[in-house]
Amino acid sequence: MKINPNKCVACGNCTYVCPMNAIYIDPVMNRATIDRDECVECYACFNGLSQEHLPPGLVRGIRKVLSVLRVRFDPEPDVCPTAAFEPDELVWPRVVRRAFSDPSVPHESTGVEGRGTEEVKTNDVTGRVKVGDVGFTIEFGRPGVGVRFREIQVMCWALAKAGVAFEKRNPITSLMSDVPTGTLRPDILDEKVMSAIVEIKVPVAEAEDVVRLVWQVEKQLETVVAIGVATRCNDDGTETVVVPILERLGYSPQRAKTNIGLGRVVTVEEKELVGAAKA
Amino acid sequence: MTNTLHRFGNAQSFKDDFIVFAIPTKVKKDPDAVPKLHRFLEMALEFKPVNMGDSRHGGAIRPSKHLGPLAHWMRDNKPDFRAVIDGVSTPSTCAAVFDNKEAAEKFVKRVKEADLGLSVNISTSIDGAVECCDYADLSRHSIGYSLGFEGKTEKIPDASTASLSTMCGHGMISHSLAKKMICFVKENRRTPEQAAAVLTRFCSCGVFNPARAKRLLEDARTGHQVA
Repeated sequence: MKINPNKCVACGNCTYVCPMNAIYIDPVMNRATIDRDECVECYACFNGLSQEHLPPGLVRGIRKVLSVLRVRFDPEPDVCPTAAFEPDELVWPRVVRRAFSDPSVPHESTGVEGRGTEEVKTNDVTGRVKVGDVGFTIEFGRPGVGVRFREIQVMCWALAKAGVAFEKRNPITSLMSDVPTGTLRPDILDEKVMSAIVEIKVPVAEAEDVVRLVWQVEKQLETVVAIGVATRCNDDGTETVVVPILERLGYSPQRAKTNIGLGRVVTVEEKELVGAAKA
Repeated sequence: MTNTLHRFGNAQSFKDDFIVFAIPTKVKKDPDAVPKLHRFLEMALEFKPVNMGDSRHGGAIRPSKHLGPLAHWMRDNKPDFRAVIDGVSTPSTCAAVFDNKEAAEKFVKRVKEADLGLSVNISTSIDGAVECCDYADLSRHSIGYSLGFEGKTEKIPDASTASLSTMCGHGMISHSLAKKMICFVKENRRTPEQAAAVLTRFCSCGVFNPARAKRLLEDARTGHQVA
């Protein structure tokens, strides 16, 4: 992302909306400026700010007069008055920043928007996490901190060393140059993203060890980590396997995402089969 | 998309936060996914959601690319649910957000009766989802627990700010903007509704809960910690 200095009027609205705090008013130029190394190409500024198309010279003049009089206009806080933001043409490896940070862009590897994962949200159709399995989503960087792939690799190495298998349909896994060792492509390691999720699945008996391993590794990282733990419920809808493990580890889960089991397989092929059977 | 899972707060804090979303899997493509998603959102309207959205096109309160100058005095903060429904053109995750359990329960029951075949999830407190399932006579299929935030948690701001900013799990609502809106409400420069609308516009998939945000902003005005 870039800000056109010929349009920017240094109103400062954009400095608050950047989730990475990467925008500031350069005191020499008196224009909003983006710290490219910290920018994760999330497009929150471009997509989230409403835009006016006012003449920059006029706006600067009015702002100057008001400033001299110590009068402060109280405009809407989520507006760029001159539509000064202009998306860059992103090339590899910088383009991975946007793929992991702008939720409106689907990941090429999975076709899913956001962090590109389905987890147990479609488990009633995919059967991804079965009875006896525990699925983990280990998310880095949010809220509002961000993460570089170099740090994610530290966790991936540790998980791989522990013999954990990575979910194949996951954007992080698709960026590994060597999946068995959890090694990521070297050309992306310094790229920063809003957040990214490593997905793994283990037998119930190994779940506690995985959490303890994550605790150990997260201490070495300069970012925040959010763990999600997924499991299949019993036939009567109760869940009696994972909660006792979490409580033993000292957690008291408050919030969850609950798949209510209404999904079913409806593909073109299956529709045709049903049609043929009826005929 | 775990963007509704890791919301900052305890179970009590989610008493007015119920997100019901439908998701067609990319693994086994449903050729009728788009009309089914339209129907899902149309049904949600009957139960007065506070927000709706699809992950490709945004929520019911959106930013404008051509804002008129009078907007500084007469900003339109009304949700446009019709724009959300009409905008769904490809299979994506569609969500409806409710600020009360009764509406969520009735909607879940309605979705069950419609038998769309889409995967449907409820994101709220664990007990809240159980109660929705009980009301609709459904058994939970799978569950994904949030264990909260760990690691360098000193980089996370205060509870009021984090409760607002984490309502967009994609991180589109910056801590700075959430803090600024708390200050605006404290200084009486904006009402909680107006401040909540500003935050809502940054959520690009419509899962932000403006009703909960309004309550959190009102609490923050008087220094109450979130609950």
